Amino acid sequence: MKFQVDDLTVNAATGAVSIERDEVADAPLVVLLHGAGMDRTVWSQQTRWLAHHDTRALAVDLPGHGGSEGPAITSIGELAAWTARLAEALGGPVHLVGHSMGAFIALEAAAATPDRIASVVLVGVGAAMPVHPDLQTAADADDPLAAALMAGWMHGPDQRFGLNPTPGMSMTGTSRAVIEACPPGVLGPDLAACAAYGGAVDAATVLTCPVTIILGTLDRMTPRKAAQPLLDAMPSATIVELPDSGHAPMMEEPGAVRRALGDHLGRLAV
Amino acid sequence: MIEPDSHRFDTRALHAGQRPDPVTGSRAVPIHQTTSFVFDSVDHASGLFNLEISGHLYSRISNPTVAVLEERIASLEGGVGGVCTSSGQAAFHLALATILGAGDHVVASRNIYGGSHNMLNLTMPRFGITTTFVDPRDPQAFAEAIRPETRLVFAETLGNPGIEVLDIAAVADVAHGAGLPLAVDSTFATPYLIRPIEHGADIVIHSVTKFLGGHGVAIGGIVVDGGRFDWAADGKFPTLSEPYDGYHGITFTEEFGPAALSMRARAEGLRDFGGCMSPANAFYLLQGVETLPVRMARHVENTLRVIDMLDGHDAVAWISHPAHPSHPDHDLAKRLYPKGAGAILSFGVHGGRDAGRKFIEAVDLASHLANVGDAKTLVIHPGSTTHQQMSAEDLAAAGVGEELVRLSVGLEDPDDICDDLSRALRASQR
Repeated sequence: MKFQVDDLTVNAATGAVSIERDEVADAPLVVLLHGAGMDRTVWSQQTRWLAHHDTRALAVDLPGHGGSEGPAITSIGELAAWTARLAEALGGPVHLVGHSMGAFIALEAAAATPDRIASVVLVGVGAAMPVHPDLQTAADADDPLAAALMAGWMHGPDQRFGLNPTPGMSMTGTSRAVIEACPPGVLGPDLAACAAYGGAVDAATVLTCPVTIILGTLDRMTPRKAAQPLLDAMPSATIVELPDSGHAPMMEEPGAVRRALGDHLGRLAV
Repeated sequence: MIEPDSHRFDTRALHAGQRPDPVTGSRAVPIHQTTSFVFDSVDHASGLFNLEISGHLYSRISNPTVAVLEERIASLEGGVGGVCTSSGQAAFHLALATILGAGDHVVASRNIYGGSHNMLNLTMPRFGITTTFVDPRDPQAFAEAIRPETRLVFAETLGNPGIEVLDIAAVADVAHGAGLPLAVDSTFATPYLIRPIEHGADIVIHSVTKFLGGHGVAIGGIVVDGGRFDWAADGKFPTLSEPYDGYHGITFTEEFGPAALSMRARAEGLRDFGGCMSPANAFYLLQGVETLPVRMARHVENTLRVIDMLDGHDAVAWISHPAHPSHPDHDLAKRLYPKGAGAILSFGVHGGRDAGRKFIEAVDLASHLANVGDAKTLVIHPGSTTHQQMSAEDLAAAGVGEELVRLSVGLEDPDDICDDLSRALRASQR
């Protein structure tokens, strides 16, 4: 679906289910936020499932990504403010599910505008996300090497062998194609925004909404130990550790992530 | 500078798409000889049928053994995914039927496998899809044949039987300039010799039966999705960019992005047309893919030996292989195919049709049959077999003369191959 935020078109996958149907008018609004240089399709194993399980799900393309109008927004703080305006445009508090950069956005949005954010699920997140200088250089130059590097690192080492839960698909090949499709001049600032964001622990400290954190044990981009300061700052958060996942559990263990999302939303319904 | 964390080609030929079975420890890919898969619950079943979640439900749609082969070849080609089919022709049909509908038009190379030519020239028009055939060596000819209703550009990376070398990047530029995808059949080359997606192709089709399988024991095909073409850019591809009632209004580009073509080809194409690969055939073909790099290197080495022998033989009128300096694409092949331009060649025997027939009947080691890409050396006379349905005019346009013999060079000792061919050539002149 397409809708407007700041007079710019935002594109979102809704699992081919309209969020405007009367029968789901009171269902939770779940907004899924992708990571740096990616788009809504990283959530393809969750969006349609959520849409058919008593939620109004929107996997959005951030400004300047996928099918959303640009320009891209270049800081986590501004992206969080945009997300709050998106929640307002959708007409209610939203549950945010963010991956990597999207997790930073969700965290910051929930801390800065708690009235707009009902809960957050953080996937593949650390207290900080330093970016390898070679990756930043390649991304700044729109060099396809950046996509190859990210596709290699974002999945657990076993993904070099493959065995994708989606039959016949290459996970690293798909991730690489998604990042390669990122418009010129977007991936570099995305990564720079991640590296520059230093407010994760502060945001976590003031968070009041329910939180679930999903971590891949094999994550090489935000290793498990990088998340510990966040976990320490949110002692009431639900932690889900997935032993076979790297930095992208929603692709690597899609069923476990669906269960974690279902559990998270189920706890709130009770 | 750091490098991407991925295995290299030869390693992926052995490992991509598979990890040892976590339950049994089986190192080899197990043959999952089952029609169907047990659901965890009604919700699980519903999710699978509705494309909410992925997994196996029925072996016509997907199967764990077949999925290993799909993922492996997709990895070797650098694509986002693959859909295996019962044959190479089923793969070609699946690609066409997933993208095209009545009223659409294709621009295709005229120098393609006879079965593919028949499909485009005779069969598809019955379903309202027409084709204009052009010279594959002339990218401008592709451009000039494109019409408002054109939806696909198609060619073979190495043509059949003249081994015309497609300038993939040049033809891809033509296609992309018109908002169209380029699909290539790369059966003769295999990803060991060229990876067309790296040169701009959007879809790669293989008869896996041939060099990828290599042993001549199983028929199969695959459509590899490059995942780079923007199917939603201008509304030309409604099967991918508009809601589909077959899955409650799903729009494949919206939900699956770069995987849109693969997902539609599987969800609709295998569901409705049913041209799936059997698990046993996938297992056989996987045994071949594991040794693709070493086999193709030897195929090419033997081919160069055979060309040398033919080049000096009095009974040979001409040789058509890009490695031979007389081939029009000799320089292009050196640029695009540094490891060699395949192991299929054609040559003319002095004496025309009768001499060609005598040659075929005199070979002893080489097998006379309608296949290529076997571990064993194969010969055929296209004018009376693979291309027999084509008119004389079409045959001439496709470069298939009556004296033409097509040779698929195998893995036997090259001296034995050369001895056999040389003896048969002498017999052809008696």
